[in-house]
Amino acid sequence: MKPASSITRVFTALLVVCIIAIPLTARRLNDMRPHATLQDVLYIKSAKAARYVSLGYTGLAASIYWTRAVQYFGTKHIERDRRYELLEPLLTLATDLDPQLTVAYEFGSVFLSQPPPEGAGKPEAAVALVERGIQRNPNRWRLYYYLGFIHYSERKDYAAAAEAFERGSRVPGAHPFLRTIAAAARQKGGEYETARLLWTSIYETTEDKLIKKTALMRLAALRVDADITHVESLIRRYYEQFRQYPTRWNQLIAAGYLQGVPADPLGQPYKLMEGGRIEVADPDSLPFITKGLPPGRDADYVPPPKSQP
Amino acid sequence: MPAIEISGLTKTYSVGFWRKTERVGLKDLSLNVEDGEIFGCLGPNGAGKTTTLKLLMGLIYPTAGSARILGMPVHDPSVKAQIGFLPEQPYFYDYLTPNELLGYYARLSGVPAGDLPARLYATLQRVGMSEHADTQLRKFSKGMLQRVGIAQAILHDPKVVFLDEPMSGLDPVGRREVRELIETLRDEGKTVFFSTHILSDAETLCDRVAVLHRGELRGVRAVSDLVAASAGKNEVVIQSPPNADLAALRALASDVRTVGDSLRLVVAAEKLDAALDAIRAARAKLISINPLRGNLEEYFLEHIDGARRKEVAP
Amino acid sequence: MTSRLYHIAFNTFREAVRDRVLYNLVFFALLMVGSAPLFSTISIGLERIVLVNLGLTAITLFGVVIAIFIGIGLVSKEIEKRTLYTVLSRPVRRWEFIVGKYLGLAATLIVNAGFMALGLFAAVLFVQRSLGMQDTYILIALYFIVLQFLVIIAITLLFSSFSSPLLSAIFAFGVFVIGNFADDIRGFASLTEGVQRWLITAVSYMVPNFGSMNVVSQVAHGQGVALGLVAMNTLYAALYLLAALSGAILIFEKRNLK
Repeated sequence: MKPASSITRVFTALLVVCIIAIPLTARRLNDMRPHATLQDVLYIKSAKAARYVSLGYTGLAASIYWTRAVQYFGTKHIERDRRYELLEPLLTLATDLDPQLTVAYEFGSVFLSQPPPEGAGKPEAAVALVERGIQRNPNRWRLYYYLGFIHYSERKDYAAAAEAFERGSRVPGAHPFLRTIAAAARQKGGEYETARLLWTSIYETTEDKLIKKTALMRLAALRVDADITHVESLIRRYYEQFRQYPTRWNQLIAAGYLQGVPADPLGQPYKLMEGGRIEVADPDSLPFITKGLPPGRDADYVPPPKSQP
Repeated sequence: MPAIEISGLTKTYSVGFWRKTERVGLKDLSLNVEDGEIFGCLGPNGAGKTTTLKLLMGLIYPTAGSARILGMPVHDPSVKAQIGFLPEQPYFYDYLTPNELLGYYARLSGVPAGDLPARLYATLQRVGMSEHADTQLRKFSKGMLQRVGIAQAILHDPKVVFLDEPMSGLDPVGRREVRELIETLRDEGKTVFFSTHILSDAETLCDRVAVLHRGELRGVRAVSDLVAASAGKNEVVIQSPPNADLAALRALASDVRTVGDSLRLVVAAEKLDAALDAIRAARAKLISINPLRGNLEEYFLEHIDGARRKEVAP
Repeated sequence: MTSRLYHIAFNTFREAVRDRVLYNLVFFALLMVGSAPLFSTISIGLERIVLVNLGLTAITLFGVVIAIFIGIGLVSKEIEKRTLYTVLSRPVRRWEFIVGKYLGLAATLIVNAGFMALGLFAAVLFVQRSLGMQDTYILIALYFIVLQFLVIIAITLLFSSFSSPLLSAIFAFGVFVIGNFADDIRGFASLTEGVQRWLITAVSYMVPNFGSMNVVSQVAHGQGVALGLVAMNTLYAALYLLAALSGAILIFEKRNLK
């Protein structure tokens, strides 16, 4: 072969340089466009339109919307944005296009219903989503599970939760666990043990990393609430015994009520405050707790967003 | 310095699904073409004539060997400015007119814009296409296209002109015109290298010819040598019974060849009578006697397997 | 060299025009005019949005289709009809041929898009009764569309240098579609693990990201486009088209032309 070798060299060099530079530039481009996949979400709002545009490849379209929903939530979550307005439409579109997209129902049941900033704070929307799923897939026991979960965890409606779990337990092939949790919801609704059972089961059955992480945080929060309740009761007994509140942990330890300085699941020691109150060391690291919060900050407190819009 | 120097030029193709079979396009071709001569490259179809031209034009790359034109390697772009090429059965952008086409080519060949109109006019005149200068090429007949093809090969005044089957598609008048054109080119001092399978054209025009067959060079001779070599030879074709004794006959002939079920002999005029006697004596059947028309033909046939003769146009 | 490039480009442009490619403008005009009755049923604010969306999307799609269908034949037609032989027997380098053809087709598409843009602006003017700042952003969207053309032509040329016209058309169109979903592919990747994740992420970076060159809905809503994005996209498109062209040239240089 005898083509001009200097030409070959020039263009080979050019090719190599470009091939290396392309992914780097693409990276920079992506960084400039964090909301990349959301641009035209506003565009197609109805499932019917989406069905036309996807030319019948509804499963693929559903996957795309589902992926975008996850991306959307992840991005907004990092930015500590309170509004997850597009989460519901995205999940609805995804499940309208592919009614059997179980992961979407699962995701919605956790992240649509949880209060911000950990979720969209729309438990009613979550219920509606999962109910639609149940209508379309009456034999999928997991959906009843998610439904009961929403009722229990966010709406605190233990009777509705128990009913959902019971309906699910009657589906052929349902996991026997459903009957257990139905009974627990009915009889011991609102108790720490039941909630712990629920979140543990979510942690073990889900494949979604974000949900697993959330479940761990919920379990940690439950632990904190339970611990603080318990230690506060110890402090009250100390008060009855000594007619004053302890100001240091050592006093409780010396009196035999505790064996060491209590710490939260992250290893941070609790703070003993005036009047026998307990506070957690870093409230921001423990979302979902209802006890141990500093005054003026209740369980519904939402930290400000990280970035300017 | 020879205008064209070819040395050991070889081109093999790997064919077949697994590219294991090798097909030889050209094998070890070596020849020189002198400045200012008209050189003919002869051979039946598939002999390697077009392959040679493509290698010289740099359209395909040799497997081995090299070639130089005007002393420079074939791929050197400065060579290209001084050569012209007419491919076999050319086809041109049919949505263009000759003026537009030639204008395009001229600018690609580096003809200055100012010279363009005059050059185009003169060239079209030369090939007899001036009255169709502004008609779209899609309306042209094969002969007209051939003339346009020659025009594009010469318009930039190249030193060496390569023509692949320049007479194809032309009627006798057209062929004569092209022949005259080629002679004019030679008179202008250009070197012309053309390939053809029509022997009579080569005989009239060429200074030297090369015969190619199945990718190999079979011989190079000056046409004038061939003319001088043997005048007055005859071709005698006979059919003989299987056991006939033809020894005497064979001794009188300068070339004997089996063609199908006949025997073809070349016999000099002065030996013709004796040959006829020998034929009668052997009880063979005389099919035909013909004076050999061009000695080029004989030279050609000598170098090519007799059975292939059917493919060659007389 | 410039003169040769210019002439090859010009000849390519001339061929496209005489091939009546520009007749597609007629279809475009019909489309814009034909959809006008729909607009009267929509409220005014929405009219502009739909018009710009429709117009810019049509310009993109028409252009890409033309780019691919002419692009696949740019080289192969010349080889098949053997017009290439007489060109390459002249002092034209092989790479000049490819680049010249590329420039010619690019010019054709830019002119085509230019006419369409005029039509679009006329329609916007008609709907809005005036043109404002927000309409200048349409020019940026058009610039990005031209960048997309430049990339897709180069990709088509690359494919057609080693496969048949039909396959090249299919590949090129496929790349266009996938390139528009490059961001989603990256999203998919983040939901997977291990080798799969690496592979899918690699694909999402290799494929030309046409999504980043698509600012149609932004511009339809009258929103601007960051200058940084314009600069980055220009760089990205340039790198991509240079890579594809270099590939096409390298393949063409080595090729034996039957």
